[in-house]
Amino acid sequence: MSTTLFEKIWDSHIVLEKENGPSLLYIDRHLIHEVTSPQAFEGLRLNNRKVRRPDLTIATEDHNVPTSDRSLPIIDQTSSIQIQTLEKNCKDFGIQLFGMDNPNQGIVHVIGPQLGITLPGSTIVCGDSHTSTQGAFGSLAFGIGTSEVEHVLATQTLWMQKLKPFEIKVEGKRKNPFAITAKDIILSIIRRIGTSGGSGTVIEYRGETISELSMEQRMTICNMSIEAGARAGLIVPDEKTYDYLRGKKFTPKNYEELVEQWRENLKTDPNAKFDKRFTINVQEIAPQVSWGTNPSMVSDVTEEIPSPEEFAKGDLNQQKGAINALKYMDLKPGTLITDIFVDRVFIGSCTNARLEDLVDASKVVKGKKVSSNVLAMIVPGSQMVKKQAEELGIDKIFKDANFEWRESGCSMCLGMNPDILGPGERCASTSNRNFEGRQGVGGRTHLVSPVMAAAAAIEGHFVDVREMDLN
Amino acid sequence: MKQFQKIKTTAIPFDKVNVDTDQIVPKQFLKLIQKTGFGKFLFYNWRFDGNEIPNQSFILNDPKYKNSKILVTGENFGCGSSREHAVWALQDYGFSVIIAPSFGDIFYSNCFKNGLLAITLDPKIIQKLLQIDTELEVDLESQTIKTNTEEIPFQIDPYNKKNLLEGFDEIALTIKNEDKISEYEQKSNVSSLL
Repeated sequence: MSTTLFEKIWDSHIVLEKENGPSLLYIDRHLIHEVTSPQAFEGLRLNNRKVRRPDLTIATEDHNVPTSDRSLPIIDQTSSIQIQTLEKNCKDFGIQLFGMDNPNQGIVHVIGPQLGITLPGSTIVCGDSHTSTQGAFGSLAFGIGTSEVEHVLATQTLWMQKLKPFEIKVEGKRKNPFAITAKDIILSIIRRIGTSGGSGTVIEYRGETISELSMEQRMTICNMSIEAGARAGLIVPDEKTYDYLRGKKFTPKNYEELVEQWRENLKTDPNAKFDKRFTINVQEIAPQVSWGTNPSMVSDVTEEIPSPEEFAKGDLNQQKGAINALKYMDLKPGTLITDIFVDRVFIGSCTNARLEDLVDASKVVKGKKVSSNVLAMIVPGSQMVKKQAEELGIDKIFKDANFEWRESGCSMCLGMNPDILGPGERCASTSNRNFEGRQGVGGRTHLVSPVMAAAAAIEGHFVDVREMDLN
Repeated sequence: MKQFQKIKTTAIPFDKVNVDTDQIVPKQFLKLIQKTGFGKFLFYNWRFDGNEIPNQSFILNDPKYKNSKILVTGENFGCGSSREHAVWALQDYGFSVIIAPSFGDIFYSNCFKNGLLAITLDPKIIQKLLQIDTELEVDLESQTIKTNTEEIPFQIDPYNKKNLLEGFDEIALTIKNEDKISEYEQKSNVSSLL
């Protein structure tokens, strides 16, 4: 029978099946961080249970960690306790931890692939919705709640109702791949299918544009699958995938043997059935800027902010949502996107803080200065990304332009550490969620690509990066 | 997990779509390491003004709904972050049932792991429920919602239903199948991270 890659991974991980019920799935990789794990370990302790496979579990500290001087103590007592709790839990239960001072520390979804923890064809979970990022490697990777974290710790399995495969085809060749980035592609998709367009599904991204994308760009696309409502997003692995994972810290010893098997097995058959399909041509896509409070409220940089009626196309609930969003964002329909001025620029997060993101942003910044009205910061996705960028001298380009160059972590994507927006502050952000208060109570987030964020930092307002003079 | 009992209270008509888990529990409250006490943070940025004074126009602050255990709301409720704190907050505040046309996938699953009943209904029925000011009776056993005038049936996955009615420990159930897990491990040969 013709099947999708998702179904192949699903079927090969079934430990137990219940008729008309959920399946018990084996989990190959379990990543944990300080925010969604403490209550899970507490549950294990209360029931006198152990971690079944500490050797398949890796922990890091990313949400709470300061991105400024790490030799100083963490000021926020509750953050500090949460981090100490993870350290104690890892020690007590025998789990490898890449803590704040470890060179392998970073945002969990960034370090997974960088360390070769992520493997094609595997099941990967983490108590974090952006685990979908790692689907870029042809794995079934998805976020889970804390009860499920506890279940995986105790049993290395998870009860799951089977998801439905959803094909999203991205076709055509980009005229300007520097300016039309993976971020613009995924924002354009969410804008069209909506924030619940992918509910109950696993999206498989396919088509010539997807094949052309680098692994890091593919991660940006899969990362935001959750913003389209999908539990996971994945891409059939190819030689780029196998090359990326070769020679990493945790790459298996029999890697070449595995690659042989993956080449053979990890595909979607030509006649495989998808429950849902959607196609977009990349030539229709311009640089995107979000103007509202969910990631479907997005416009081309060349457009005006739509009226709630135009946005909602007859859906009264969406119209109400857009009215509230514009009020929160303090924006008016008809305003040109390029007339929106920003106070802050954040280049970071599991969506867009890998090396290529920083390299591209630095090309926009080189030889220029951040606008005097803007506070701009770069938060590399991991300490490894930071080091690689510094070896290329990119940190210097940013620092010379008056960007702050920080230590790695989730930072202002969700502001659980001191990096937050003040009330009313407006930010061009390369993160994934423009929800109310996400980056700080009363803060206003505009989602953009790294090159668009860099351009906004220089000009002080949104500009079409295609029209900028680049050195 | 507590067994789910029949619930009869007024329902709060919370007419909003795409309510994300960042709104249900803002990030500043995710730093706690226990599961209890999150009710006071529920919808915090909407429920209170900057000085922690209740916002009178926010529906949860209406004394009429003080004892409501049912929330009726719009599509895609609980989208976004996987934080289970959202479910802990709703339950700790007093909710036992959330009724919506659709839910965020992870949130939905988190509800059932904690005994919070999430009911999916047709948007047209939701629109009707949003107008009802009298009590609703939610009976999981018979899968019905009773209003003063009618009985509305709802669908639910039998596994989730059983879990809620029996209030059982899912991990204990899985551990009963440990031989199957070991069997799988022997043939799968998953590569270790040591």
